[in-house]
Amino acid sequence: MSLHRADTLGGRAAIAGIGATEFSKDSGRSELKLAVEAVHAALDDAGLRPQDVDGLVTFTMDTSPEITVAQAAGIGELSFFSRVHYGGGAACATVQQAALAVATGIAEVVVCYRAFNERSQHRFGVGLTSRQASSEGAAMGWTMPYGLVTPASWVALHAQRYLHSYGLSPDVLAPVAVADRFHAATNPAAYFYRRPITLADHAASRWIVEPLRLLDCCQETDGGQALVVTTSERARDLRHTPALITAAAQGAGRNQEAMTSFYRDGLTGLPEMGVVARQLWRTSGLTPADIDTAVLYDHFTPFVLMQLEEFGFCGPGEGAAFAAGGRLQLDWSGGDGLPVNTHGGQLGEAYLHGMNGIAEAVRQLRGSAVNQVPAAQHVLVTAGTGVPTSGLVLSRGR
Amino acid sequence: MSDALADRPEPDAFTRPYWEAAAQGRLLLRRCGACGRAHHYPREFCPYCWSEDVEWEQASGDAVLYTWSVVHVNDLPPFRDRLPYVAAVVDLAEGPRMMTAVVGCDPATLNVGMALHVSLPTGDAADATDPAPIAAPVFTASRR
Repeated sequence: MSLHRADTLGGRAAIAGIGATEFSKDSGRSELKLAVEAVHAALDDAGLRPQDVDGLVTFTMDTSPEITVAQAAGIGELSFFSRVHYGGGAACATVQQAALAVATGIAEVVVCYRAFNERSQHRFGVGLTSRQASSEGAAMGWTMPYGLVTPASWVALHAQRYLHSYGLSPDVLAPVAVADRFHAATNPAAYFYRRPITLADHAASRWIVEPLRLLDCCQETDGGQALVVTTSERARDLRHTPALITAAAQGAGRNQEAMTSFYRDGLTGLPEMGVVARQLWRTSGLTPADIDTAVLYDHFTPFVLMQLEEFGFCGPGEGAAFAAGGRLQLDWSGGDGLPVNTHGGQLGEAYLHGMNGIAEAVRQLRGSAVNQVPAAQHVLVTAGTGVPTSGLVLSRGR
Repeated sequence: MSDALADRPEPDAFTRPYWEAAAQGRLLLRRCGACGRAHHYPREFCPYCWSEDVEWEQASGDAVLYTWSVVHVNDLPPFRDRLPYVAAVVDLAEGPRMMTAVVGCDPATLNVGMALHVSLPTGDAADATDPAPIAAPVFTASRR
């Protein structure tokens, strides 16, 4: 992977299986149990057995280590295990790690997983109550005394500056909130199933941290999601149409911090996602016009607008105009639409730290999504925003 | 991990001079002896030229508002008793940007670029602009 030239990973690995638990507010079981259920579901989907697995990848934040999941899931020896840092920024990077391993022969079948009781057990949205004994914790010591302890409060500072810089009001966030719930409303797995919202519902929802309203904020979810990665050759012989990993990238920006990158010159973009975007376009040889549908990380609505800009779907400051009028929805008929988060996203389906969005991209390429984009060939997926992050371009294999 | 309330700074050997100065009514920043640039939050290395020749310096306390958010929901003590409150990012007159809070202002009157001045605890409750003074430096609308 390089900041300056295309890499050679593209097309050599594929996602061959996806599996999840139900998404709920109270799973009633341990995070390890959720992880194992998701891993088994993904292997069943791929038509593989636990003993076929020789690699596992998860997030540093996950409470179920690779070796514990291997024990509990009936997986034997492992030749590759890895964890990726920076919260939701890890999501697409777990797939990149797995792809690197299978493309180089270090492993043959790698399962990426993330499972947590993020509502019933440890709610991220409540905020930090203590600092880690690390340089990250030390940096956080300069924000915590001011009550800047929740993800919403960190994102709101960026959003306020973005809105000010482009002369916009908080109402411009509504089309993102509405599009996600529009898609969730027809997805039985989604929290917002059968509950579409309107622009007026958004405007009437209460402030959490101005300029963010309740409906600008993602779910807090209990659940697990797993993904099976193997070589493109092996994937072709398995049960489903492979989702080829056409490009995979990580990105960190200059003066990068985890959610508190307030010391940069401007706060109107996501420079780390710009790094990811440049690498994905360069390696895939694709452009925004080639993308049939996008899964854009949506813990909070403002960063969806900024991602549209960073990936070049529109210019800087044009995200709000791009998203207005329903252009992100599958029912858009105005031409040049971009269906975004067709599963409902993390605002509407579930907050699985971005992993459920990768599964949705795979369904779109298989042609099995509940809100199917006709003949989807290329899907863009992104990971956590405001943190060092990652992204994928996945393509329909044969 | 400390059981201290989340609004209380946790000084360490490096940051102790900063917090002790704040408690005495002085806002400090760091200035690099090699490239001359000031920075905040305080770091052991200059974030512009990576020199270790960095010293403490007293700031004027003047700043302008860069961005802010009005926090309406926070279930954690002690912040839950202050809702709504204004978290902010300001640009200090000396150049560096600083995370802080704005106190003593109607949030509806805030605007990007407005002049602010630091408000530090003096130890005398009668002098405090902030009705619930915290040990960390906060800002108020500039009287000038």
